[in-house]
Amino acid sequence: MRRFVSSVMVLILGLIFAGCASADDTTTSLHIAAASSLTEVFNEIGAQFMRDNPDIAITFNFASSSDLALQISQGLPADVFASADVKNMAKVTDAGLLEGQPTAFATNSLEIVVEKGNPLHIVSLAQLTTPGLLFVTCPIEVPIGRYTAEVLRNAGVTVTPASLEENAKGILTKVTLGEADAGIVYRTDILAAGSSVTGVPIADKINVNPLYVVGTLRDSHAKEATQRFIDLLNSDQGREKLSKFGFGLLPA
Amino acid sequence: MLVLAGISVAFFALPFAGLIWRAPWSKVTDILSEKSVGTALWLSLETSLITALISCIFGVPLALLLARVNFPGRSFVRALATLSMVLPPVVGGVALFFSFGRRGLFGQYLNDWFGIRLPFTTAGVVIAQCFVAMPFLVLTVEAAIRQLDSRYEDAARTLGASRLYVFRRITLPSIKPALVAGVALAWARALGEFGATITFAGNLPGTTQTMPLATYLALESNPEAALILSMLMITVSFVVLVGLRDRWLGRQRNDLFS
Repeated sequence: MRRFVSSVMVLILGLIFAGCASADDTTTSLHIAAASSLTEVFNEIGAQFMRDNPDIAITFNFASSSDLALQISQGLPADVFASADVKNMAKVTDAGLLEGQPTAFATNSLEIVVEKGNPLHIVSLAQLTTPGLLFVTCPIEVPIGRYTAEVLRNAGVTVTPASLEENAKGILTKVTLGEADAGIVYRTDILAAGSSVTGVPIADKINVNPLYVVGTLRDSHAKEATQRFIDLLNSDQGREKLSKFGFGLLPA
Repeated sequence: MLVLAGISVAFFALPFAGLIWRAPWSKVTDILSEKSVGTALWLSLETSLITALISCIFGVPLALLLARVNFPGRSFVRALATLSMVLPPVVGGVALFFSFGRRGLFGQYLNDWFGIRLPFTTAGVVIAQCFVAMPFLVLTVEAAIRQLDSRYEDAARTLGASRLYVFRRITLPSIKPALVAGVALAWARALGEFGATITFAGNLPGTTQTMPLATYLALESNPEAALILSMLMITVSFVVLVGLRDRWLGRQRNDLFS
């Protein structure tokens, strides 16, 4: 029995040390915590970055900005935080976990998402009030829910939702599956979803343009590499990629 | 061995100790008296009890079938009936869309012929809960029936009792502890159901927002309320599980004629 216990202990300790030893001296690893709406564009920019800097290995952690802000405050080991809104970045800045100030690098805009081919011929926000139409959104605590409420208010439209989803992806899934008729999500989400849904633009004067902000975390061990990544985001190359995926650009 | 067992106990106990430690006890009454909390709690109780009832009505015959009838493909049917226990609940929710959704295999006819729509309704919550909770009842009851000495039932049959009479007077009383345990487990699982519910039924206060959904969403806006709601759910579930004691382990054989 004692021998069994000690062999289990040895196994556990061995695993712990194996985990410690994996840090390689020759390559720097860069952990980037980013809003899930950045998934596609960051994967592409990251691949570019690793081609330019073979000594740096990037790992991404994509989740909702609010989840990431919570995880960072609980000690998530990351070097960069890219948030889809200023509010969640402020949680991290206010907790003193950011090195310096965050910088804005892109904007997004909202669109109405409808089923592929727009079978209900929705062209305006006012049509979302049609009786029997299933509209899904998020609670106002989630950024997309807050922006949706703002857009509807700007348009003077009151809509009763059929469901309040966890995040923008939940809205998209329900519309893609045809279980909901419409929702409001980021323009970039609709582009990323390809042909599985159709987007209906919202006029600029009532639209909302959330700001994407990025910053280096105070506890980062790779601040130089981090700065290089942020520089790439703001370079012509980075801006070209952001724009390709539907993001709005800030004046250079 | 005792050390390892101790580590396991600590591993299960610590997260709850963490919750108890961080819970804002001074605000308990404020948070629990909020209308939204009451609505979610009531909806949870209502749907989970209906789920327990439905699981009982459909689960017991299924358990009997699996335990007693030797038909080809029995292990396949058993695996099918318990698949949702190991499936990520979100996947279960999507699978429910494909079957019971407005465009689903079966749901489209419900919608076209009867105008019944399940997603985003309270009935949808019950469907999602049944899907993940019923296997707990089926497995528990099936195990109990397997352990049952069928000679008692055979004897009753030779003495002229009808099948229904035997089921009612011998089978049912013999598996009663397991049945109670199965219903309670299914109920507790339904009470805690999150993934399939938010995916298939959506989340709307008063219609489909059950306690776990309210808890998860409160984490974003009001972490203190989320902690209190979690404590409430833990208390309810813990009481159920303690109440079951070792019934789930199949003690029922001794209970009948002892």
